[in-house]
Amino acid sequence: METLLQQTVNGLVVGSVYALIALGYTMVYGILGLINFAHGDVLMVGALVALEAIRLIQLHAPELGLVPTLLAGLAVAVVVCMILGYTIERTAYRRLRNAPRLAPLITAIGVSFLLQTLAMIVWGRNYHTFPQLVSTTPVEPIAGVFITPVQIVILVVSAVLMIGLVLLVNKTRLGRAMRATAENHRVASLMGVDTNKIIAATFVIGSALAAVAGVMYSSNYGIAHYAMGFMPGLKAFTAAVLGGIGNLAGAMLGGIVLGLVESIGAGYIEDMSFGFLNSSYQDIFAFLILGIVLIFRPTGLLGERVADRA
Amino acid sequence: MNELALAIPWLGKRNPAAARWVVMALAIGAPLIAMLFGKTWVRILDFALLYVMLAIGLNLVVGFAGLLDLGYIAFYAVGAYTFAFLASPHFELHLPFWLVIPIGAACAALAGIILGLPTLRLRGDYLAIVTLGFGEIVRIFLNNLNHPVNITNGPQGINMVDPLVLFGWDISRPLKIGDEITVNSLFLYYYVFLAFVALSVVLVQRLQVSRVGRAWAAIRDDELAAKAIGINTRNMKLLAFSLGATFGGAAGGLFAAFQGFVSPESFSLMESIAILTMIVFGGMGNLAGVIVGALTLTALPEILRYVAVPVQERLFGHVLLDPEVLRMLLLSLAMIFMMLLRPAGMIPAHSRYSKPELVVGKTAAEAAK
Amino acid sequence: MKRTFVALAVLGLGASAAQAQEVVKLGAAAPLTGTQSHLGKDIENGVRLAVEEYNAKGVTLGGKKVKFEVMAEDDAADPKTATTVAQRLVDSGVKGVVGHLNSGASIPASRIYNEGGIPQISPASTNPKLTQQNFKGTFRTIANDVQQGLAIGKYAATRLGAKVALIDDRTAYGQGLADEVDKAVKASGGKLVAREFTSDKATDFLAILTRIKSQSPDVIVYSGMDTQAGPMLKQIKQLGINAKFITGDGACTGEVIKLAGDAIGASAYCTQPGLPLEKMPGGKDFNARFKKRFNADVQIYAPYAYDAASAIIEAMKAAGSAEPAKYAPFIAKVNFPGVIGTVAFDPKGDIKEGAVTVYQFKAGKWEPVQ
Repeated sequence: METLLQQTVNGLVVGSVYALIALGYTMVYGILGLINFAHGDVLMVGALVALEAIRLIQLHAPELGLVPTLLAGLAVAVVVCMILGYTIERTAYRRLRNAPRLAPLITAIGVSFLLQTLAMIVWGRNYHTFPQLVSTTPVEPIAGVFITPVQIVILVVSAVLMIGLVLLVNKTRLGRAMRATAENHRVASLMGVDTNKIIAATFVIGSALAAVAGVMYSSNYGIAHYAMGFMPGLKAFTAAVLGGIGNLAGAMLGGIVLGLVESIGAGYIEDMSFGFLNSSYQDIFAFLILGIVLIFRPTGLLGERVADRA
Repeated sequence: MNELALAIPWLGKRNPAAARWVVMALAIGAPLIAMLFGKTWVRILDFALLYVMLAIGLNLVVGFAGLLDLGYIAFYAVGAYTFAFLASPHFELHLPFWLVIPIGAACAALAGIILGLPTLRLRGDYLAIVTLGFGEIVRIFLNNLNHPVNITNGPQGINMVDPLVLFGWDISRPLKIGDEITVNSLFLYYYVFLAFVALSVVLVQRLQVSRVGRAWAAIRDDELAAKAIGINTRNMKLLAFSLGATFGGAAGGLFAAFQGFVSPESFSLMESIAILTMIVFGGMGNLAGVIVGALTLTALPEILRYVAVPVQERLFGHVLLDPEVLRMLLLSLAMIFMMLLRPAGMIPAHSRYSKPELVVGKTAAEAAK
Repeated sequence: MKRTFVALAVLGLGASAAQAQEVVKLGAAAPLTGTQSHLGKDIENGVRLAVEEYNAKGVTLGGKKVKFEVMAEDDAADPKTATTVAQRLVDSGVKGVVGHLNSGASIPASRIYNEGGIPQISPASTNPKLTQQNFKGTFRTIANDVQQGLAIGKYAATRLGAKVALIDDRTAYGQGLADEVDKAVKASGGKLVAREFTSDKATDFLAILTRIKSQSPDVIVYSGMDTQAGPMLKQIKQLGINAKFITGDGACTGEVIKLAGDAIGASAYCTQPGLPLEKMPGGKDFNARFKKRFNADVQIYAPYAYDAASAIIEAMKAAGSAEPAKYAPFIAKVNFPGVIGTVAFDPKGDIKEGAVTVYQFKAGKWEPVQ
């Protein structure tokens, strides 16, 4: 029982990071119908930029406390990623907005690999140690379950950001414009919405979320490196599809469910398959879920969009 | 063969017949030229031909039928492992290659159908991501199926795979003609691979102008319209998947025999992306373009390796960007800029049944005109 | 027509090989670019030092004075590049090769050296398969994973605790080593309570560690690289698991100490094939010479590369010839005091009495125990 509870907590923490990344995918997909492959790599840039900023702060202003240092690093990362997101949209995707599907998708893969390569040139191939500004020493176990302060921060921050985003989309002018653009570009622009600006804003917001996710990811595991974004990115995309792509609540639900499935799956697969399978198959859960969902319920858990959208 | 002539830009248009002869002469003479720079380059050419086969196969799926497949390397893996299972000490089986390669190709085709059946209703980006997942699942299974029963030998891979033996003649050994002349096995492999490539080229060319090829073009350009004029889109897509996979499977078998060793790490996602870049770079839907793309992008990193490192050492005193980084940089920039500036590839398709602008769309500049 | 061309090309090569009569070229193949370039350079420099010292002493083969030269090639730690590099070395008429670093590169390359009739001695590849291919000219100067796995399993089960949990990263290295650990644990009377798996790209091990925790092991063995071992140590602490931790040479590095931060302590152990430099018979002296010549520290493999090159040259001296066909059989018979100890090979081509050293984390670094 203790073990199951612990696996649930593990899954929730991973899942909420997935959910945060998935929001970026789902926003862009909802508006443009484009899988922004480079989204995971924006997360990586966020983590590495924050790392660099924190190192500089610790070098030049060591008197600054732990939390202000982390927040300053995070702020720098968020700003850099917002600019990066805008640049990617402006230079790589905007020109292809009316092209058939294959073109922007291939460009997106190219942007993803370009970001990784550039990061490899700037930061090298080695793993970097991410400074531990929030403790990873577990707090007093509750019912035998261990949880660390940084994990608690991740759960809280993700929840707050998700609620904030839902409010933004549903209650503000910008949100209304975004929903209108997602519904129909042309009509939205006829109604006086500057769709170019709205799409750029979507990328900027998504990238900011990715930067936060990147910093949390790196604080949790204590590492950052040039290829760290690809796998979480792919899994977060799965989460977005699972929840129903284009749907914010779906992305969150999908992230959490995927985190739980991975964690509990890896922990119990050996017992469930009578020793035939084992934890070496941990990474296929995401892909299996993706395949199954797309084949049997392409709209996802909460999605309403018709399959043809894909 | 007219399309091949287009590989030579200037001559190809004016005098296709002459260009065709030039292409053939180049194909046959290439290893002799490469030999002047050392056998290493002959080996690189051998690999390049394998990539040409893969690119031809993937082009069938992506370029002709418009289905973006990001897990194509899985079929290569299926072919390679089938060869390794049936012709190595692993299961103590040593079937002849003319049996094993067709079996491998058939297994790959089957895998193509298995992947295709459930994913047919998906289009564009969803299909891309599901095929990517499929590629990873295949790799993960290859990596782990040594327990509880040892099938693939896990991460250790399968070693001592049999070489190609043509009518009792082992081509991994140098051929001796008289006492004086020996022909290195790399040359022999080159010509065997060349034969396979030539066969693929002829097949694909016939296919492109056949009913099937025209149906694919129709599906790619407008699926609804294709359905409306009575094309069985489901079967046609399945056919594209399985035929594309067949080429991958055959190339995989050749790879296993040539390398003598297969392991899951040779079949990573990066390889799928690299092959995709080759066809994007050369020109989707166009045979000559795809071949030129595959040759260029296989040879370029090797050339970089022997040019970029000394040049950088001379200029900066040390190596700033190692060749692997340059290769990645090159591949990613190629993908982005080809799509933005020259979406039809270096050698755009000219055939009646492939309209490049419909495959990947006009650039903004072109659209504005 | 075709044949004449081939004939010309082949003759051309023959002529160029004939010119290099007085000079004997030895190949050094390792990753000279990329993340492992410092280790690759270590190998190259080890070979260079050996060659330069033999040249200074003067070597006469069959009455003729010869001069050795090093031809260094970059395999980028990549299997496919390794085969092209091997081909290049064979083409340019090297008489013997010291290399490669990674088993994944050494194994496919060994086939090409074997076809070219060139002896190869790896100073660093530990995968047992390298010397199990029945190639006459394939040797190594470092203990292999069978020897290392045996040492880890035995040490874990007898010294650290009887209940062992084993994790590997599903790479050729990690899985191969783990299988040997598995056998050794059982042979030494230990009990394997959990066998879990991860990948060489993973960062989250909480799921498998939670499962391991439920079996309450005395020791966790990780068979993989430092980039995973670092975060894993953190997560072990995070879950409050009270077990010792031991890894093989892939994670016996300074990197793991950096990545694990405050989660690494005296309960962490690791093993490294061979003796620590200061305990090698010729270690101190070698270190001084190496530092003087290259103005760099010995990383790990320089002594093994040095002894590998020496073994090739000693075999040439014994045969009185630098022709691979003539001297290759003599490599199997060499027996001389090298930097790492006595250099002599068993019938498979593995170093005899390959030592494995256990280290423990103490005061910020790995310290040899025993």
